[in-house]
Amino acid sequence: MDLSTRYLGFHLPHPLMPGASPLVDDLDMVRRLEDAGASAIVLHSLFEEQIEAEEHGYWSATEGPANTFAEAVTYFPQNDEYRTGPGDYLERVRRIRETVGVPVIASLNGTTAAGWLQHARLLQEAGAHALELNVYYVATDPDETADAVEQRVVDVLAAVKQAVAIPVAVKLSPYYSSFARLARRLDEAGADGLVVFNRFYQPDIDVEQLEVVPRLALSSPHELLPRLRWLAILSGRVRPSLAVTGGVHDAMGALKAVMAGAHAVQMVSVLLREGPEVLRRVRDDLERWLVEHEYESLRQAQGSMSLERCPDPSAFERGNYMRVLQSWRP
Amino acid sequence: MGRTVTFDGNEAAASVAHRLSEVIAIYPITPSSAMGELADEWSAHGSSNLWGVVPTVIEMQSEGGAAGAVHGALQGGALATTFTASQGLLLMIPNMYKIAGELTSFCMHVAARALATHALSIFGDHSDVMACRQTGFALLSSASVQEAHDLACIAHAATLEARIPFLHFFDGFRTSHELARIAYLGDEELRAMIDETLVEAHRARGLTPDRPVLRGTAQNPDVFFQAREAVNGFYAACPEIVQRTMDRFAALTGRAYHLFEYAGAADAERVVVVMGSAGEATEETVHHLRALGEKVGVLKVRLYRPFAADAFVAALPKTVRRIAVLDRTKEPGALGEPLYLDVVTALRERGDVRLANETLVIGGRYGLASKELTPAMVAAVFAELSTARPRRHFSLGIVDDVTHESLPFDSELDIEPDDVVRAVFFGLGSDGTVSANKSAVKIIAEETDLHAQGYFVYDSKKSGAVTVSHLRFGPRPIHSTYLVKRASFVACHQFSFLERQDVLEVAAPGATFLLNSPYGPDEVWSHLPREVQQQIVEKKLQLHVIDAHRLARTLGMRGRINTIMQTCFFAISGVLPRAEAIERIKESIRKQYARKGPAVVDANVAAVDATLAELHRVTVPANELNGRERPPIVALEAPPFVQRVTAVVLEGKGDLLPVSAFPVDGTWPLGTAKWEKRNIALDIPVWDEVLCIQCNKCALVCPHAAIRAKVYPGGAFADAPPAFKGVPYRGHEYEEHHYTIQVAPEDCTGCTLCVMVCPAKDKSNPRHKALDMKPQAPLRETERDNFRFFLDLPEVDRTTVRGDIKSVQLLEPLFEFSGACSGCGETPYVKLLTQMFGDRSVIANATGCSSIYGGNLPTTPYTTDAAGRGPAWSNSLFEDNAEFGLGARLALDFQRAEAEALVRTLAADLGDALVRGLLEGEQHTEAGVRAQRERVAALQAALPKLGSPAALRLRSLADALVRKSVWIVGGDGWAYDIGFGGLDHVLSLGRDVNVLVLDTEVYSNTGGQQSKATPLGASAKFAIAGKGTGKKDIGLMAMSYGNVYVAHVAFGAKDQHTVRAFQEAAAHPGPSLIVAYSHCIAHGYDLAFGLEQQKRAVATGYWPLYRWDPRRIESGESPLQLDSTAAPDGLVEFMRHETRFRVIEQESPKRFHELATRAKTELERRVRLYQELAHLHLTAHSGAAPAAPGRG
Repeated sequence: MDLSTRYLGFHLPHPLMPGASPLVDDLDMVRRLEDAGASAIVLHSLFEEQIEAEEHGYWSATEGPANTFAEAVTYFPQNDEYRTGPGDYLERVRRIRETVGVPVIASLNGTTAAGWLQHARLLQEAGAHALELNVYYVATDPDETADAVEQRVVDVLAAVKQAVAIPVAVKLSPYYSSFARLARRLDEAGADGLVVFNRFYQPDIDVEQLEVVPRLALSSPHELLPRLRWLAILSGRVRPSLAVTGGVHDAMGALKAVMAGAHAVQMVSVLLREGPEVLRRVRDDLERWLVEHEYESLRQAQGSMSLERCPDPSAFERGNYMRVLQSWRP
Repeated sequence: MGRTVTFDGNEAAASVAHRLSEVIAIYPITPSSAMGELADEWSAHGSSNLWGVVPTVIEMQSEGGAAGAVHGALQGGALATTFTASQGLLLMIPNMYKIAGELTSFCMHVAARALATHALSIFGDHSDVMACRQTGFALLSSASVQEAHDLACIAHAATLEARIPFLHFFDGFRTSHELARIAYLGDEELRAMIDETLVEAHRARGLTPDRPVLRGTAQNPDVFFQAREAVNGFYAACPEIVQRTMDRFAALTGRAYHLFEYAGAADAERVVVVMGSAGEATEETVHHLRALGEKVGVLKVRLYRPFAADAFVAALPKTVRRIAVLDRTKEPGALGEPLYLDVVTALRERGDVRLANETLVIGGRYGLASKELTPAMVAAVFAELSTARPRRHFSLGIVDDVTHESLPFDSELDIEPDDVVRAVFFGLGSDGTVSANKSAVKIIAEETDLHAQGYFVYDSKKSGAVTVSHLRFGPRPIHSTYLVKRASFVACHQFSFLERQDVLEVAAPGATFLLNSPYGPDEVWSHLPREVQQQIVEKKLQLHVIDAHRLARTLGMRGRINTIMQTCFFAISGVLPRAEAIERIKESIRKQYARKGPAVVDANVAAVDATLAELHRVTVPANELNGRERPPIVALEAPPFVQRVTAVVLEGKGDLLPVSAFPVDGTWPLGTAKWEKRNIALDIPVWDEVLCIQCNKCALVCPHAAIRAKVYPGGAFADAPPAFKGVPYRGHEYEEHHYTIQVAPEDCTGCTLCVMVCPAKDKSNPRHKALDMKPQAPLRETERDNFRFFLDLPEVDRTTVRGDIKSVQLLEPLFEFSGACSGCGETPYVKLLTQMFGDRSVIANATGCSSIYGGNLPTTPYTTDAAGRGPAWSNSLFEDNAEFGLGARLALDFQRAEAEALVRTLAADLGDALVRGLLEGEQHTEAGVRAQRERVAALQAALPKLGSPAALRLRSLADALVRKSVWIVGGDGWAYDIGFGGLDHVLSLGRDVNVLVLDTEVYSNTGGQQSKATPLGASAKFAIAGKGTGKKDIGLMAMSYGNVYVAHVAFGAKDQHTVRAFQEAAAHPGPSLIVAYSHCIAHGYDLAFGLEQQKRAVATGYWPLYRWDPRRIESGESPLQLDSTAAPDGLVEFMRHETRFRVIEQESPKRFHELATRAKTELERRVRLYQELAHLHLTAHSGAAPAAPGRG
């Protein structure tokens, strides 16, 4: 069965790949992922904010107490080897690139225009085959308009596209008032792929301590549904290839995503929970299903249930929502 | 001039020593530590010596250990060196005799420093090197940074030929820490100076089984003497070898040196003989006086041992009639100080008849502990030589109004030429002023033709410390080895300093005054104290202001105003053209902060650009002196001693205090810190009495006793100031009492630990807690009144206090407002100790952070209760603290035993009840102690009536009948390393002493060198790539004695456990050891999170909480109680929170992973071991018997 797909310009044997996660911190795990058949490796994000915080933190910790007391001009050894910045991450990209034969997709979360550009270039130099821009932004400022929020994403993409030659995907959250419009603008700005959706750390509340506790729970299959909807809405209507992330836990989930329009299927939670070998199982199950249902190739199913092609497009539209709610009536 | 560099004296010497050595063994000690640290960094980064090999640098457990290691390395045929000072040098003396006696080629480098006598001092003089003049070492003195570089090379070269070991020294701080532009000795020059055949000869003398010899024999009366005399020829030959080496050096570099260097009139009649950096100031003065027509000169001593008398005499002008010898040391009881005696002897023995018989030689002491030697003082010496009958012996630079030995001098004399730009900067330690000035010196010295000098004065506090930078820039090499007295540029980087000290005293007429001010150019004037306004007007100063703090905040610089103020200096001082200066600052930032990352570089470069627009010249009103007068330095109600002495020191005028102002034996009163109101917190905690749950945790964690809890009868509240807060006490133990949490607004350092620990949150708005930080300035006066009222409220009755944390924190702290770092993790333990036992404690304190914040002038934190009782505190040395504390115990025990014997002798007269009570009364509770004190008072009342010799004798011993608690306190450097031998012995003796180890896991006071307490994986000086071995388990070692009470505590993780451990340790009749986790700035994170990090440390098992109590064995239990559980999986996360570990991960993720994995494995092993121990069942211990109650 031909499961092949095209994502960000790469011809992949199948759409299944690990999404951004700490799995790639361990080279052995990366090898296991490849052995399990991962069609690409997506790294977790390089966070510019974290790098900056680290630089400022190191500066404060070492320079703050320096030259304040006669007996101790400094409190830390001067170390020429000390590197701030994305050194670790770039090194990881290089190592993974050397280790695996599949495309390596680096992920970047910037905070400043200069940071996006500089780090994008560095990631390209380190050998990344493609970039996934992780636009992680919570718009808390009531003075900032929706247009401005969207413009920020478009500007970042346009600038990064200028700076690098490798394909660039944009990973988005669903929290845009005009998501389809944003997708089109990103398309126009040169995006090679769109990844739906980012899963944020969700602040939880500790009621005993009256504290906000950041959490990131593993995804559950029901999270796939909003993704299916938006894949279906975008499929065939924008040029960039589409990837799903969040909620795909088995072959059925993967298949649905592909039918909704995904070219690539990123999986994380199930790999973290059950190990990289899940990839092979999902691939095999997917293949088996397609064979049993007499598909010629996966491509045949790709986008088949999109807004453009599905038998009842209104099912993806607002009315559907109301009906489902009504169906909850006792 | 070839390549020039900007070095301080330490780097100048170490740069040569590292390249000419193979083995370097060191131990950190101020002010020499930097030499060892640099050597270690160079080796860690692969810098090789002259022979292409990276020298081995090893940190030992003490200077004694370093000397032993060096001795061994030398005997092994290696080229070895070490760096030390002061007490460290004293510890090396036994090996120095050996090294010299064995005629070993060796050169060590010493940043000469005062020895501890009536007090410790970290500052420079020659007491330490003079204590080595009899060891057989050659003593070679450098007077400047350039000389420290050059003579280091000459010493290393000469020792190879002379075979006499060399002690090369220069003045601590004045030279070791002075930043100056010097000519650099390249490898080729060093190579040209080192004779390879002599290196080979040295190696060939090394011990090897291939050519075995025996050294270190024991010799009998028949031969020892002669064999000792066998070295004489080498000493006779040494001076000539040194001079020859100096001559070779001169041929190579053009810089000529002589054993004795004369400068001045060829026909001088009056000559000053001096050694060290003072020679520079003396020579400056000589030039000044010669220009006025005086026939004067200076003879500078370079090779002090062996003393080449002929060369000395030859160097003197033939016309000399009178000589003054200046010694930077004191030998009480001697006929004169050592250099003076040598000069007298040399003239007598080697001078011609006139020199020997007719030359008047007088001797003076100067410069002890970095006391300044200024041209004014030197001029006074020459003036004294001109009098009809000069004083034979004098002191210089002080006012001795007791023995009247001091020479008066004209402090106004200023001989510095006008073409030298002199700048003085007053900064706060944490604002980066010194760093910026160091960089300014480098910019000018390295990028222009100007010569530059930087010298930096720090105060004794570790929080809110004031720094004063003295910078000179001029067209000629700068020889002014004293502080700037008349500055053409003065900068005050903190507006509040204007209220505390006279920053403009140093301003020359017409000088530029740069002020960091929250007030703009149009409003600043009226906010200046009147004294400041007056000086600005009278001296016609040009005033510039900038609001650097606001600008730094805007730019995200986190309180660092260094770049902003540096830019201002360059913009208005005129040292460099403005545009050029700005470019150079930026370039310097890029270089300096390259390692810190682009975010830091960008922020600083942006600050340079933003500064100029914010810098404003102020139009000074002609005659409008409308400012407030400066408040008094200390409150008017301060005791007379504080008014007379402490206040003067606080004002920065301690140099003016005469000898009579001081105690003769180093004994000082307690309770002085409370008079120094430093006002360093920008924000202070504000108490919400309604929200507060009265847990008292804030009081426990406060490092400075600046937030306190009190319970007092409701009626006491009546006369409270209007803003004073008090609420009914929640609890049954004090009914109808009120409760207050009060902040000391002027003593708080703003660390926020109290807010962090506060558990009481507003349910509707949890951001608001029972303690919130609010700006200090608007609260200062109100809270000052409240705090005064609070202090006058009655203290809780100690006999009613239970052992829980809430109760214990109602006890009065007798340790307050120390100079410890803001957020310090050590001082809460010390404070707790004084709350629980302070009124009956003797504290022996090892040298280190705790002795500095505990006992460094001008003000000290230990204080007394209303009855006048409090901790009796003393610091002996670094290495002997356990023994010192034991001695105190022995004295107390002896006195108590004698007092008891006398009570028995007088039993018939004293009555049964009193005698029985005195001898057998319980004294382990507050009530018991109080009852005993009452009995002792009754005894004291009865004794005079008895009149017998026994009764009279008992009067001075009776107080010993009250049980005293001996605490031996120190850091991990002491307990794990230098003092471990003594500590181990003291623990083994079974005596009732309590040892408190404030474990920061690193040498904190000297700047972060690794100790044996440093954990596996942490980066520290001498473990740059992360310590590869585990932390020594000192608790486990102490447990092995069987009768030692051991506790491992962390107050931030479990405060009640800490209190319990203190109680049990004090009650244990034998030795107790408390190892206390102390978060520290040397761990590298914001100490506001210190308590959280302590929790992580305990939760992972990194810092297990336990108590090992031998008393439990008797009841069939395991002596070890584990008081925390361990989850080693969290170890890596714990490590990532601290720069000391994180730095390794940044630098080498692989090494971090490897070290962290090993650390986790070792942690798991230790957890298992402790779990096993916690299930031990011993029927009886096998160690020494606990001390009998009568002895402890």
